[in-house]
Amino acid sequence: MPNKPSIKTRKKQTKQTLEHFGETIYQEIAHKHFPSMDIPSRSTSNIRYDEHSRQYVLGDKCVKRSSRNIRHIRPFTQLVWTASFVNMLCKDNKTSTLRDVYYSAQAFDINFKDQKESDNIITDLESALEFSREDFNVFPEERSQIFGDLTIEYTVPGYQGKRVNLTMHPDGLAIGPALTTAELIKTKANKVIVIEKGAMFTRLIEELAFKRFKAILIHTAGQPPRATRRLVKRLNAELKLPVYVFCDGDPWGMAIAITIICGSANAAHIKELTTPEAQWMGLYSTDIPKYKLPSNKLSNIDVKRLQDMMKDPRCQGEPWRPQIEHFLKQKKKCELEAFSRYGLDYVVTTYLPEKLR
Amino acid sequence: MDSNQMTQENETFMEISPADFFYRNRDLAGFNNPTRALYSAIRELLENSLDACELYGIPPKIFLRLSYENGDNEDALGSTYQIKIMDNGSGVPSEYIPSAFGQILFGSKYKLRQVRGTFGLGGKMAILYGQITTNSTARIISSIGKQEFYEYNLRIDIQSNKPEILKRKLHENKDKWHGTIVDFTLTGDYPRAMPKILEYLRQTAMINPYAEIVFIDPRGRLYRFESVTSKMPKPPKEVLPHPYGCDVETIRRIINVTKCDNMRCFMSTHFHRVGNKTAKSFLDYAGIPFDLHPKKLNSDEIVRIVQMMQSFKDFLPPDSSCLSPIGKDLLTEGITKELNPDFIYLEQRDPSAYSGFPFIIEVGVAYGGNTPVNPSFELYRFANKIPLLYDEASDISRRILNEKKDWTRYKIRSGDPLAFFVHVCSTKVPYKTVGKEYIADRPEIEREIRNGINSVSRRLSRFLSRKISIEHEQRRINLYKKYLPKIAQFSTDLSPRRRKVPDVEPLLESLRRYAEENA
Repeated sequence: MPNKPSIKTRKKQTKQTLEHFGETIYQEIAHKHFPSMDIPSRSTSNIRYDEHSRQYVLGDKCVKRSSRNIRHIRPFTQLVWTASFVNMLCKDNKTSTLRDVYYSAQAFDINFKDQKESDNIITDLESALEFSREDFNVFPEERSQIFGDLTIEYTVPGYQGKRVNLTMHPDGLAIGPALTTAELIKTKANKVIVIEKGAMFTRLIEELAFKRFKAILIHTAGQPPRATRRLVKRLNAELKLPVYVFCDGDPWGMAIAITIICGSANAAHIKELTTPEAQWMGLYSTDIPKYKLPSNKLSNIDVKRLQDMMKDPRCQGEPWRPQIEHFLKQKKKCELEAFSRYGLDYVVTTYLPEKLR
Repeated sequence: MDSNQMTQENETFMEISPADFFYRNRDLAGFNNPTRALYSAIRELLENSLDACELYGIPPKIFLRLSYENGDNEDALGSTYQIKIMDNGSGVPSEYIPSAFGQILFGSKYKLRQVRGTFGLGGKMAILYGQITTNSTARIISSIGKQEFYEYNLRIDIQSNKPEILKRKLHENKDKWHGTIVDFTLTGDYPRAMPKILEYLRQTAMINPYAEIVFIDPRGRLYRFESVTSKMPKPPKEVLPHPYGCDVETIRRIINVTKCDNMRCFMSTHFHRVGNKTAKSFLDYAGIPFDLHPKKLNSDEIVRIVQMMQSFKDFLPPDSSCLSPIGKDLLTEGITKELNPDFIYLEQRDPSAYSGFPFIIEVGVAYGGNTPVNPSFELYRFANKIPLLYDEASDISRRILNEKKDWTRYKIRSGDPLAFFVHVCSTKVPYKTVGKEYIADRPEIEREIRNGINSVSRRLSRFLSRKISIEHEQRRINLYKKYLPKIAQFSTDLSPRRRKVPDVEPLLESLRRYAEENA
């Protein structure tokens, strides 16, 4: 299954956008104008849920940031510096982290009060240029893994053109900068299973579930980092693989599934992080009685979270709404590890075949 | 009969006691220990000298020297010092010299006008103290500018309060020199007293900018406070006592000397701002016959007159011609000379009166320069041109400053280099003690000081808000100066072509223009 080199195209677009941004400001100053820019507003009043694309998006409201304004001059400078810094990263094929950016600024006499301020400026840059920070080679701490029959081709310096099959290491491979920026070449898998817990991820590898179900396995380790969500999206969009999300049977597990499928309000300014076609596979509240799984009582915080979800626009349809109501009625929750109650291979031999049918 | 006996007792008391009384109670006049005594002696002598010049409109030139006596040095506790002061004042006529310097409570200061000394006491207390502590004699030379002048060596006979002349010498005066020299020894503690003495001299120079004062201290150091102007405040006029300020004793004294043979004449002749018409309406009010002979008034009647005087509402307020405030301009010069502040504002309040004594308050504020920083603000207190250095905490002005809580309204912050000046001028400054160190709480005076402080603070707040806005503007421009070149640099880095960084100077220029237009 050949695939067009999406990463290369993306990198080119990023570079052009950054350069254009710089050029605009340069011209303003050269023409004796105070440079300014419009940034889409990320205030709650400007975030709305779009039924059609099934994700949060930003409205039309913009914030004007002008170097003429004394309150803007510092953040404006920080923004331009951040743009020039990530441009350098992209040019030199280097990657960085949010923390790195915070410290690098000090070398340019651009002082951020704290990392929160520098993180915020990066988010501004994302909104203004409509690229995500991973496009700018700024990556979070990596903690997600991927495993499965997928061949990728690295684009990072030193590994350019090198191809790797993701079954090569039985612990899976970290979804870091190198993997995120790799081209997806080919796969024999026909689905992706996204898993919240490391134990289940390892179980499915050990029990050779990836072979049995022809699946690429991804471990999110809790809420998935944005790089992981991007990768899920690419597997779905570029390789046309259906995606199944498999989490704990509690409101927090549901939230992980929702984030992968519909995105979060926090990242409303970034498109291409959501996978609307992905399906929440479990654990459902109804699975607890159905499979007689060991369970715990819902805590007060769990109940509160479920009640909030009742009002969440992302949770109004199937299968969300009935399951939330069932949780609230049953007042029980269940972890992925609960399957071990019926033997280590129970999930592979019984649960998954039924769910994936 | 009764009152006669009283008077006689009083007289006996007065004769044996003024010198004796103050000898026993010298702490009342500020001579309680060697440190304070040295400070008080210098202060009293200096004030007498300044008065002697000013009352005759002579710009004061005063030389003061303090030296160790007989090889004493400063390490010895309670060393003996020789003190010598020389002024260019009007001088004392030779026949009055012994009394003026050798008899306590004798002097020219019992009439009503604004002078520094009030009790006719200070200078002689200093001499008396010297005599007590070192058994010294005082040498007095004084000339009123005639062909010749006298030099006296004298002591005070404490028991009889009479000068005891030991030596008298005649000098020729070819140069028509006038002035006074006083010279004697006393026990003191200069190392301890030094800070207060120097501060006293500095503040004296501040409030008397027309005076030149030279001081040589026992270590041989010379301090010179130069005059910065030859202008002097107009000398105060003498006035009659105001009815509101009279007590029984005052009336009795006036009765003793009056030539009037009826009460109407008595009232309109001897009191400040009482004419024929006021005299008439007062006597009507008090129910006293117009043609009563003043000398026939008995004690009860005198007491009643004093009471009626206090309650009669139609006396005109005392006028201020008997006062000699420094004036806005002179004070400004004097304070500027010592503090060199960034901002200074002085205000002379309108004359007012308490209990028949006229007073004028002068209030000022200075900011920046050499103004000391004091969390509760520096306070310079003056009364009749004398700096007040002790007991600040008990003073009415300090209380007003401490009670004032709305500083932020005036843009004043604690820790600002800020000083207030309060000068009380009056024929009778309401000191609480003979030591003349702090002003008592009189509602009339308190009101004027409070309003004065508020008024000068408002002026200061205008200066401060302008200063704040200029600083603010400067900080603004500095921010742009810091960041605009960076924006230019980074945008150049970003843009794909290699080229020169654009010039941000036109942008900065437009900011400056905008600031000027909107200043």
